[in-house]
Amino acid sequence: MDGSWLQFVAGGLTAGAIYALVALGFSIVYNTTHAINFAQGEFVMVGGMGAVSLAGLGLPLIAAVPLAVLGAAIVGVLVQRLALEPARSAGQADVVTLIIITIGVALLLRGLAQVVWDKRIHPLPAFSGSTPIAIGGATILPQSLWILGCTAVAVLALGGFFGRTLHGKAMRATAMNPLAAQLMGISTRGVVVASFALAAALGALGGVLTAPITFTSYDVGVMLGLKGFAAAMLGGLGSFAGAIAGGLLLGLIEGLGAGFLSSAYKDAIAFVVILAVLFFMPGGLIGARRSDRV
Amino acid sequence: MHAAATVSEPATFLRRLATPRLGGLGALALLLVALPLAMPNAYFYEVAILVGLNAIVCVGLNLLIGYAGQISLGHAGFYALGGYGSALLATHASLPVWLSMPTAVAAVGLLAWLVGRPTLRLKGHYLAMATLGLGIIVSIVLTNEDRLTGGPDGMSVPPLVLLGQPVSGEALWYAIVGAALWITVLLALNLIDSPVGRALRALHGSEVAAQTVGIDAARWKLRVFVQSALIAATAGALTAHYAGFITPAKASFLHSVELVIMVVFGGMASIWGAVVGAAVLTLLPQFLTLLKDYEMAVFGAVLIVTMIAMPRGIVPTLARLARRD
Repeated sequence: MDGSWLQFVAGGLTAGAIYALVALGFSIVYNTTHAINFAQGEFVMVGGMGAVSLAGLGLPLIAAVPLAVLGAAIVGVLVQRLALEPARSAGQADVVTLIIITIGVALLLRGLAQVVWDKRIHPLPAFSGSTPIAIGGATILPQSLWILGCTAVAVLALGGFFGRTLHGKAMRATAMNPLAAQLMGISTRGVVVASFALAAALGALGGVLTAPITFTSYDVGVMLGLKGFAAAMLGGLGSFAGAIAGGLLLGLIEGLGAGFLSSAYKDAIAFVVILAVLFFMPGGLIGARRSDRV
Repeated sequence: MHAAATVSEPATFLRRLATPRLGGLGALALLLVALPLAMPNAYFYEVAILVGLNAIVCVGLNLLIGYAGQISLGHAGFYALGGYGSALLATHASLPVWLSMPTAVAAVGLLAWLVGRPTLRLKGHYLAMATLGLGIIVSIVLTNEDRLTGGPDGMSVPPLVLLGQPVSGEALWYAIVGAALWITVLLALNLIDSPVGRALRALHGSEVAAQTVGIDAARWKLRVFVQSALIAATAGALTAHYAGFITPAKASFLHSVELVIMVVFGGMASIWGAVVGAAVLTLLPQFLTLLKDYEMAVFGAVLIVTMIAMPRGIVPTLARLARRD
């Protein structure tokens, strides 16, 4: 294979892995609340900026990274408890209202970030140096391998969590039928809180992993949130495998589109492909084929 | 719903405002005419024009979101295309502006009809995704075709010439935008009181139920999608010729989101809600600039608190309170 192909595929998969992490967050929250959380991108920002700050305080990366992810998870729980739960418990907020509230949360978090931190662009040190590795005519940054590796580990851990643990099964049960889950003694409220913590942690992980390559700032969440949402929809909203497939595919389309067609139009190419997919598969690639409830 | 025998004064006033037709239209006309008396300088006119232009877009968008129940996260695309289209026709095809504006608006309507057909088959969040994608594609094209559009820096727009005179000055534009807003509200009220409006509300309630009583869902959805795009493009063209300048930011995702926020904030399925939402959320940032760095955070907090307290939006919530008194 031509070296440039490999180069673009590697670049695309690296970006795609981040999109997949963000998309997983969208799907997990959607499954428990049926709302699109447009603040998901801000968790990416909180993770990246948090890690930069902690590293700036002199903490080693091995401590700064998990702390930043944990911090974002706490922010996620706060968002659910302070903003979404009051709206949902009032009982008359429909889906569009919930979306607007999450947009409000995104603005609040972004606004606070530019006050707490600043408006500048910050790099995070690479996890293991930045000497490029040559593989088959392509050069790959060690950080790309970290991104792909950590994403794979996160996905496997998540698969184990949903497939094997009681808490994971409780979350899946709530996603399928909240009332039935409640009758089985599952605290669906706890599940919703957990889903926000999990979604925020996954987004923050993406933010921390990509910060050494793409840098981070108070407003990185806008674009990454958008891409994660697009990836989740491309794969099929609410589908675990769909989020991963959608993320990787979106990254690949962008990487190859930028490489072979036009880098200025890479986002447009990606959205044209997504539109084309949705026109023929209106539930996404792996979306549930369900009939309307009358 | 019959009110109690004793009705307080503000309640009657509010109820009359909440009645869609004559009371509301009269009040709006009165407000539009009286407002200049309270505006000391050009800055106030500028803000009022901005409010009016946003309100026009929101009234149209509310027909789609509030009445037909179809979300669009890409209407800024239609808005910007109206402006760019008219500007390009006037600059490159040397059309007079009174002709380039309707031509551009009609072209945007045709585009909306073409993309609306496949897009509106999608539902819920997938529709949001598709409209978002369309808006972003428009914004990327406008940003990158810099030989035509001037790229990210934008392009200058020739002035509107009527009766041989270029239309300029805030007062004149205020009159034009005020009239356009009043006409838009009138048309929207007519639409929702017509069989079309009832069909749309039936669609919002339950698409399946609507179809079983013989409503051609796809046709009505497409029709209101095109109408809302036409209204957005008209406002976009007016904005461009008023400002004399247009940038791709007008087509951005953030602008699309702002428009949807105005609609939901003011009240879905309420024509007056769209006007109030546009007014409040256009004025609020003017005040929040005083807060400097805290502007965005406070705006977000206001949005969260308001939507939790009034999930149906300002106007429907107040109208209900007034009725309950």
